[in-house]
Amino acid sequence: MASAVSSPRAVEEFTVQGMTGVDLSLPIAGPGSRSYAFLIDWHIRLLLALAWLAVAMPVAAGGLRLPRHVGPLIGWLIVGPPMAIYFLYHPVVELLMRGQTPGKRIAGVRVVNREGGPPGAGAILIRNAFRLIDSLPLFYVVGLLCTFITAQRVRIGDMAAGTLLVVDEAAARDSNEWLAAGSNAAGLDPAALDLVVQLLARWKQLDAARRGEIARALLQRIDPHPPRPPAEMSDAQLRERLQALRGGSR
Amino acid sequence: MDTTRAWVATRAAAWSDTNARLAELRRRGELTVEEALHSVESYRSTARDLASARRLLPGTRITAGLEALYAQLHALIRRKPHGGRAALLAMFRTGIPATIATLRRRIAWIVALFVLSALAGWWLISTFPDLVSLVASDQMIQQVEKGRLWTDDILNITPSSIMSVRIFSNNIAVTVFAICAGFFFGIGTFYIIATNGLMLGAVFAFTHQHGLAGRLFEFVVAHGMVELSVICIGGAIGAELGDSLIRPTHATRRDSFQHCMQRMGPPILLCALLLVGAGLIEGFISPDPKYPLASRVVIGASYWTLMLAALSGRLFGRRRDEAQPREPALP
Repeated sequence: MASAVSSPRAVEEFTVQGMTGVDLSLPIAGPGSRSYAFLIDWHIRLLLALAWLAVAMPVAAGGLRLPRHVGPLIGWLIVGPPMAIYFLYHPVVELLMRGQTPGKRIAGVRVVNREGGPPGAGAILIRNAFRLIDSLPLFYVVGLLCTFITAQRVRIGDMAAGTLLVVDEAAARDSNEWLAAGSNAAGLDPAALDLVVQLLARWKQLDAARRGEIARALLQRIDPHPPRPPAEMSDAQLRERLQALRGGSR
Repeated sequence: MDTTRAWVATRAAAWSDTNARLAELRRRGELTVEEALHSVESYRSTARDLASARRLLPGTRITAGLEALYAQLHALIRRKPHGGRAALLAMFRTGIPATIATLRRRIAWIVALFVLSALAGWWLISTFPDLVSLVASDQMIQQVEKGRLWTDDILNITPSSIMSVRIFSNNIAVTVFAICAGFFFGIGTFYIIATNGLMLGAVFAFTHQHGLAGRLFEFVVAHGMVELSVICIGGAIGAELGDSLIRPTHATRRDSFQHCMQRMGPPILLCALLLVGAGLIEGFISPDPKYPLASRVVIGASYWTLMLAALSGRLFGRRRDEAQPREPALP
């Protein structure tokens, strides 16, 4: 059976023994990413609950004419959904999104079990039930302190459920595209391909003069047969050439 | 570097293919035998490629991509089988009764603690009536002194539906809190159980002083039997968690705590379901003056019997002559 062991290299990495002798290394998310994800999720929960109340309260106040049989259910309709949002948001969304929530996705983190995979329903329920303790005495002080002092940056709920929060790197998440790029640009050195893809990904964020300078320097190094000297290429031509070298369709 | 380039060119198509198949399998959820065997083979070949990539292309996106691919294949292969409805039924029929059987002694101790605390609360308020302000609000005290319970006319203020939602949410939160507080080596759980017992005894003593204890009993009896029983079961689970930290059963305290929590998960789920029922009774029946004491006692006793049937698995089809379920093996 594969077992999980702490990485000897750094406390910030969790290593899972693979069944092939090749270990999996998962970068552990720190208290910062955890708090960031929680704040986003907390606001989503709040907005959803408020949106529901904004609709339900005028209905309850008699603003709309309801069928007679709906009358006794009005209390459930007002209180039920916001409470369900409050209590079930994390467990349900984590289960549906395989260890993630919108907040965790934005923060680039994911809940995994000690095998490195998405946690099961039981583990998710347990880690969320322990929010009652982690949130003591207020503002998640207990949970936050735990993430500072434990080796794997876990809160009590994670200890109980056997889960931890790992960094869900964008590069790893888009592995399909990266590996496809590797396939299409097989003629290019993989390290150079890396630079090409990174530059293209940031193309619009970079200043035109700056990206032109970087692109020309890069093409001079990696492009053995340019259609024309890189120094004479326009901004659009540079981008086109880099895209051709990458070979991908992105 | 030419060799590396050639290697990437040779393997890239296989990586893309594995990635595409993985996405498809994740969408479907279920695998055929051939697909499972093919996934195992892909896992092996990706492991080989990853080992090479870590050596030849450290820090590149291709290595990161292979790491992700390997992690996904690992999770797919290590995925636990879904038992579906049969597993759920087995959990209620044998799993929960087995766990509850191991908790019997602890439940008895927690009940004793609760009863002793309630007696202490009764004695305290009977001896020092002024101390009631520690357990009851000023409004409650004033109402009782005027000969009225705070539960009187409660239906005129809050509809039953809203009240029951609030009640069962609050009760589930209290029980889960009592369980989770077991993390503090069991002390938190003992404190919560003792406080609840003390408050119950104190409130009954205070209402007794004003001749309202009978009416309070009438209010409590329909929902209270199950509610208090479940709180005591929750206390026993919390004590078990505390014990798993004090006397670890695994290599580390954290592992011991985690395994204990996994074992206790299903009974906690059943407790939550029972509390939803108790909340509905407390919202719809307990405050309604239409129900006489006899009906309330019958409802309370019936629901309590149902709870016993659920905890012993008989409600879900476990036969009476069936042997006591054994404790399930630890994962």
